[in-house]
Amino acid sequence: MEATTMAQPTSTGDADVPAKPPAAAQSGTTLAARRRSRVRRTALWMVVALVLAIAAYLFWGRDRLPAAEVFQVLGGEKVPGTSFIIMSDRLPRIAVGMLAGAGLGISGALFQRWLGNPLASPDVIGVGYGASAAAVFAMIIRGYTDWKLNAFSLAGGLLVAALIYWLSAAGKRTGSRLILAGLAIGAMLQALIQYLLTQAQVNTASDVMHWLTGSLASSNWENALLLLVSLGAIGILLLPLVLRQLKMLELGEDAAAALGLHVGWARALLVFVAVAMGALPIAVTGPMAFVAFLAGPITAALTRGPINILLAGLTGATLVTIANFFAANLFADLSLPVGVITGAFGAPFLIWILVRANSTGSGA
Amino acid sequence: MTATESVTRQSPGAGPAKTTRKLGTVLLLIALLALALFASLLLGARSVSIGTVIDAIWNFDPSNGDQGVVASRFARTVGAIVVGAALGLAGAGLQGLTRNPLADTGILGLNAGSSMAVVLAIAFLGVSSLGGIMVAAFVGAAGVMALVYLVANVGRDGATPIKLALGGAAMAVGVGAITNAILMISDATMDRFRMWQVGTLSSSGIDTFLGAIPGVAAGALIVLSTARASNAVSMGDDTAIALGFNLNRARLIGSIGVVILAGTATAVAGPIAFVGLMIPHAVRLLVGSDYRWLMPACLIAGPILLLVADTVGRIIAPPSEIQVGVMCAMLGGPIFIIMMRSGMKSVSL
Repeated sequence: MEATTMAQPTSTGDADVPAKPPAAAQSGTTLAARRRSRVRRTALWMVVALVLAIAAYLFWGRDRLPAAEVFQVLGGEKVPGTSFIIMSDRLPRIAVGMLAGAGLGISGALFQRWLGNPLASPDVIGVGYGASAAAVFAMIIRGYTDWKLNAFSLAGGLLVAALIYWLSAAGKRTGSRLILAGLAIGAMLQALIQYLLTQAQVNTASDVMHWLTGSLASSNWENALLLLVSLGAIGILLLPLVLRQLKMLELGEDAAAALGLHVGWARALLVFVAVAMGALPIAVTGPMAFVAFLAGPITAALTRGPINILLAGLTGATLVTIANFFAANLFADLSLPVGVITGAFGAPFLIWILVRANSTGSGA
Repeated sequence: MTATESVTRQSPGAGPAKTTRKLGTVLLLIALLALALFASLLLGARSVSIGTVIDAIWNFDPSNGDQGVVASRFARTVGAIVVGAALGLAGAGLQGLTRNPLADTGILGLNAGSSMAVVLAIAFLGVSSLGGIMVAAFVGAAGVMALVYLVANVGRDGATPIKLALGGAAMAVGVGAITNAILMISDATMDRFRMWQVGTLSSSGIDTFLGAIPGVAAGALIVLSTARASNAVSMGDDTAIALGFNLNRARLIGSIGVVILAGTATAVAGPIAFVGLMIPHAVRLLVGSDYRWLMPACLIAGPILLLVADTVGRIIAPPSEIQVGVMCAMLGGPIFIIMMRSGMKSVSL
């Protein structure tokens, strides 16, 4: 599945790039070709890493399972004990983790590309906090646990995105204004989450705190299906259009308008898709730190080119799956939430991204 | 010397009259502080009469229950004064030396750095004394501040306010994730830490707040000593250097003071954001932008804000109370956005 979706942006990509001056055309095509092959190669390696991480987790999750039994279960046989662990715990976790990682990666990469700033990921500019705060409200005050939680989370993310957008829309330099408004809203929402936590019963509070670090522990097939359907619908119906429009927006809004794009609608659609891709996973797993933040810049570094949105989704899925393996195995007597791993191991990468962004002048 | 004096004066000829007005404003602030202090002792979930408060102050009777309530409010009142003064002045120091209108110990991630270091110290080094926690908090704040500035300095245009704010926010996310990781590993630390992390004045006793006074005093003296350098910096780095200021030294000294203030405040009350942003800007409207007036005035205005926020948080949603950290964020967030919207034109971000 990844391989076919990966090919898409590169094949449509060159058609949208306006004609280059004749002198640069020759080197331009070879450059594009080289970049395309780098994207393909990176995607291939990413898939290999993903498969390895999945296999590693299936065999060495919390408890080691005999390899023969794992193969038997995967082959469709029933093995007492092992069947349950694989089918009701490990596979749903992997499925939810991959879907959530892909959604977060695409969400972050869309924001980063659109605002032209690697730091403008939803977890920094407040959209993630919007989804989290709404979900915390739904859990603590309303006691929701099912799809209503996802709906709340999505609504919270969209509401905050709209608010930030409205607050920053006047005048030029919308990018930096948007980020600053997002920082302030994010700080307020964090305070709101803290307040809601102090209002909760002790049991709920500890559940919510666990969820707030980003955890796959509550994964089941229902959650996985919910994510697959919701993310899949957005990914198939809207994402291709958004990717095409993003390329035009990146030429500058005047140029995009000249190409016949309704800039306002294109931006609104892009924000909707980016927020939904990030908010829907948050309702299930909680905010896994840095996945949305890191996926894009990591792909950009590996392909030595601009952030490839779909590759960022694949990278997000791989990051979460690898983190999940480490979360289960790092401490013998303690299963860490996966968000702790992405956060703690993501921190050094963060500094690297900050330095890289600033040295190329895209930090602000 | 003469050069800097003529420079720091707002406009030649308006000296004495302006000074009288500024002095009046400062006296007004002191009166407001006294009022806020009294309100903090008077108001809360249980109502006591004004006479009881006065009695509790002048002839305290331990057997009187109502006076006991006032006494228990006394601790957080002292806390609000110490923490408010520290955070307000820390913001002024940061804004002054870096000409960064968005500087705040919360926005730049210093509070988050302190939190992480404190949790680390409690969980792994077995630190439990106030002194040890304060030292950990300094180290955390200093580490994050150094990292945020070093990283923001990379690149052509140096450490711009927006690069600093973004770097600080990103660093706070990262440091927060590590804090969470430690809390998840150690249940005991989690239990101790949960209330503290919100930013509250109600979970520490008076001894803790009194113990913080030497730290705040030291940090305040250091930051106050950079007031003239901050005045010079406000006219541009080149002018400040031409006037004979050693900016690197002034910034290093000022940073040490800010880190001590922020670390001490976070160690005793948890991370409280936006005080360092709001107070200097509000005070600037009242006494002007001369840092020799502005910085001392922040020492008075910071406590007013924290006292009011804490008192309002106590009575706004009975029977529970809203922590002072939550109140400050709810108040500071909108003000940050208003400043961003109005300030974008005048300040090159």
